[in-house]
Amino acid sequence: MTARSLFVPTTLFLLATFLIGPFLIIVAASFSAGETLSFPPQGFSLQWILKVFTVESFRASFAMSMFLAIGGTAAALVLGIPASYALSRYRLPGAEIIRTIVSAPIIVPGIIVGLSLLRYVVVPFGVGITLALFLAHTALILPYAVRVVSASLDNLRSDIEEAAVLLGSSRLGAFFRVVMPNIKGGILSAFILGFVTSFNQVPVSLFLSGPGVRTLPIDMMAYMEIVFDPSVAALSSLLAFLSIGIVFAAERFLGFSRYV
Amino acid sequence: MSDQSYLSLEKLTLAYGDSVAVADLDLSVRRGELIALLGPSGCGKTTTMRAIAGLLPVKSGNVILDGEDMTRTAPNKRAVGLVFQSYALFPHLSVYENVAFGLRLKGMKGAELDSKVQSGIASVGLAKFADRKPAELSGGQQQRVALARSMVMEPKVLLLDEPLSNLDARLRLEMRTELQRVQRETGVTMIFVTHDQAEALSLADRIVVMKNGAIEQIGTPEDIYNRPTSSFVADFVGFENIFALEGGGLKTDNGSVPLSVAPGLEAPSAAGLAWRPRMVTLGTGPFRGTVRGTSFAGHSREYLLDSALGPIKAEVDASEPVHVSGSDLSFDLPVHKAAQLSRIA
Repeated sequence: MTARSLFVPTTLFLLATFLIGPFLIIVAASFSAGETLSFPPQGFSLQWILKVFTVESFRASFAMSMFLAIGGTAAALVLGIPASYALSRYRLPGAEIIRTIVSAPIIVPGIIVGLSLLRYVVVPFGVGITLALFLAHTALILPYAVRVVSASLDNLRSDIEEAAVLLGSSRLGAFFRVVMPNIKGGILSAFILGFVTSFNQVPVSLFLSGPGVRTLPIDMMAYMEIVFDPSVAALSSLLAFLSIGIVFAAERFLGFSRYV
Repeated sequence: MSDQSYLSLEKLTLAYGDSVAVADLDLSVRRGELIALLGPSGCGKTTTMRAIAGLLPVKSGNVILDGEDMTRTAPNKRAVGLVFQSYALFPHLSVYENVAFGLRLKGMKGAELDSKVQSGIASVGLAKFADRKPAELSGGQQQRVALARSMVMEPKVLLLDEPLSNLDARLRLEMRTELQRVQRETGVTMIFVTHDQAEALSLADRIVVMKNGAIEQIGTPEDIYNRPTSSFVADFVGFENIFALEGGGLKTDNGSVPLSVAPGLEAPSAAGLAWRPRMVTLGTGPFRGTVRGTSFAGHSREYLLDSALGPIKAEVDASEPVHVSGSDLSFDLPVHKAAQLSRIA
């Protein structure tokens, strides 16, 4: 073998190690029998995996994260689907500005979004923690919802709506009868993308979490500051596998990668 | 309702925002007639068709269908069918469900629905494909589904947008036959939009030639082909030698050239005259020209001549003697064969 022919496989191997290595270390650490988070793991046990389910604050923050991921994504879609429809079907004045505003939360660093929401919205208006988190997550997911749904709307010819209308359907009826069924895949993809984005969100949630109300990643950080045992690694592994499972299922059944 | 005007467009003006696409258009269509709206892109033919369907709001004027003023009627209440150029089939529904779509909205169900849908699909020869999705059909088959989907609704008027232009030559003939059959069997009034004069000539009962948002000429295919009344229509149907008349002669860049009118015939009083290349006589006549180019076209030979009249296109039987490039010859533009134009653009 020449040096040239080794170059590509070596690069790929290093890249894969760089991307997946930390994940493998965390997974290995979560099966440790030791008392502290360490690698290589000391012995093998399932005790830390099981412990995850007994920590009260993990259960509460998991419920909060699930609520934000599902509720926030649903809200973002309720706002995002009509917005995408309007942006893709009508020539709106200032459409580009709307697109930019809608995608702003992706571009602006989360830490700035979190800080400004706290400083200029939550504190002055006395918004409750749960409501603040819900609104922030909805805003963070909205860009993904608009982008993914727009992509599938752009792939759909608009004259099928006119065809439906000429066959007796109302405009709104045409949307539900012929548009929605054809962008179903895009909507589900947007949902999954939004769910994962929200579930893994740290910086914004960090600023907005308060006493007794935290999302799971924030709760894990707080836990680690006090207890340095492998249960955080165990929980991380569980969450990673949950995400991988969801994305695989989406790709398998919906062709997820067509939309993002 | 008179039979002469089953569908009437009265002083119809259509606009996109402030830009007027069609102005003061008047058109009467008889029941059961097959009308072609013919013209280049941007002439307003598709706009007019969309206004008849109700997909485009009317700025002023009226659309009267079957004695009823439809101008403000919503498109889903008009009983007007439209076969889109792209067919616009619902991709998530089978052929059967595509055809059933409108009938279900009418509240039809059970055996009545089934028999109507089945016979609609069978009538376009797709009975075997009822369970297929549109993506699994060829373009020609998709178009027939679109036709069946509109026809089961028993529309008062069926509109077709460029029905033959996406098809290859063989399918084109098939679809033309299909459309004529549908019209014969159902007697439905049809209006189709096309930019292809051959398509319009072969299919329509009457042709409406449009230009810049207005009607240029209405007539039977024979009228349009043989007796164009304006330089635009003449050019569109192949009269390649077009002249304005000025002081009894042909107007050219170098002044007026007198016409030779055969004895006993009256000098034409039209605004202009037009000749097909076929109508030009070579080898004899009052004009002189130099052969600039020639090309062999099988049964005939085409010439491009330079003359005092400007460039002249001529076409003669291939059996005639050949004039080589550069040779001088006389030619004639016989006045009695010319199309008399009342308008010169």
